[in-house]
Amino acid sequence: MELRVENVSVARGGITVLQGVGFAVQPGQVLILRGPNGVGKTTLLRVIAGLQPSVAGTVFGGGDAVAYAAHADGLKATLTVAENLAFWAAIYGTRGVEAALVGMNLVDLRGRLAANLSAGQKRRLGLARLLVTGRPVWVLDEPTVSLDVASVALFGDALRGHLAVGGSALIATHIDLGVAAEVLDLTPFKARIGTVSGDFDAAFGGDFA
Amino acid sequence: MIALLIRDVRLAVRAGGGFGLGLAFFLLVAVLVPLGVGPDGGTLARIAPGILWVGALLACLLSLDRLFALDYEDGSLDLLVTAPIPLEGVVAVKALAHWMVTGLPLTLVAPVLGVLLNLPAPGYFWLVVSLALGTPALSVIGAFGAALTVGLKRGGLLLSLLVLPLYVPTLIFGAEAVKRGAEGMATGTPLALLAAITAGAAALLPFAAAAAIRINLR
Repeated sequence: MELRVENVSVARGGITVLQGVGFAVQPGQVLILRGPNGVGKTTLLRVIAGLQPSVAGTVFGGGDAVAYAAHADGLKATLTVAENLAFWAAIYGTRGVEAALVGMNLVDLRGRLAANLSAGQKRRLGLARLLVTGRPVWVLDEPTVSLDVASVALFGDALRGHLAVGGSALIATHIDLGVAAEVLDLTPFKARIGTVSGDFDAAFGGDFA
Repeated sequence: MIALLIRDVRLAVRAGGGFGLGLAFFLLVAVLVPLGVGPDGGTLARIAPGILWVGALLACLLSLDRLFALDYEDGSLDLLVTAPIPLEGVVAVKALAHWMVTGLPLTLVAPVLGVLLNLPAPGYFWLVVSLALGTPALSVIGAFGAALTVGLKRGGLLLSLLVLPLYVPTLIFGAEAVKRGAEGMATGTPLALLAAITAGAAALLPFAAAAAIRINLR
């Protein structure tokens, strides 16, 4: 399924940060988003995942096709690794908890409480969640934070496996994942300073800017 | 949906989940009020329905701010919103889980605490019935308040102020049903109104709460 973004503008805190963004991601393709801090990568990804509306423009093939992963992993500290994954598998109505545990090298940790995991292990568990969603478009915000080199390679393998079965991915990251990918720099789409979006909240947000 | 219910109940009963907080609070109220009011059985019997209902209501309020705040902080709420289950259903299931770990235990221990407050014998049955009918409304209304304040740091104060006025009708009809029951009068009217509040809240508020969450996540 193609993810297509046409002429999209997004706002954070009522201030438009990106204007006129357009791109398409085909099945089997990875698109890497780059840009300096604060340019609006996270906001754009949240719009594509359906968590907030765009100011203008349209996203095709987002919403229900998207598996979204952000800075927070959504783990419950008092559930074990396997219980955390099994919960998301049940929510998405899929199986494959075992495959996800193997894929992100979590088999030895399956009975451990998420509270007792290291930052990198938590991140791996957060990424293993993507494998149990069964959704075709991965929208990832800095997926490799706190991962070591070996774990990044592991994630690269998982990503290649996802692409091989017709999935696609849109990733905001600053490092090289070792996967052939197109790169889109968001800097040219940066909105002019002081561009206030038209809605009600923005009128207030603009005053504080 | 069922997975979410199981997860929430499991989280509540595991260490640090807050199960028992409401019960302990309810117990404290029922133990301390007779000590404060004095040993006169007639006075206690007269105020018992009201005290038990106020205690149950405040005990419900204690754990409300955790309802969505914890999921918001660890990112689960974002993921649940993008998951293939309707957000209205998520709210309803989380309110049900909240009721199962607060309202239901409160209903079950209330007769025991009624003894401490010298509740007249005919009142016990009506106490359990009124709490069973009324506490689901407390959880659903509370879920709506929690949805409005999700994302606010220290939203508990605002949550209490928002929710308390909405709890008033439930409290009035609940305590009235017990009082009438204890005095041997007909309880049909307050119980019917109590059930109506619960049914109306459970039918409408999940939609309002889901809309509030969507706005708060922007």
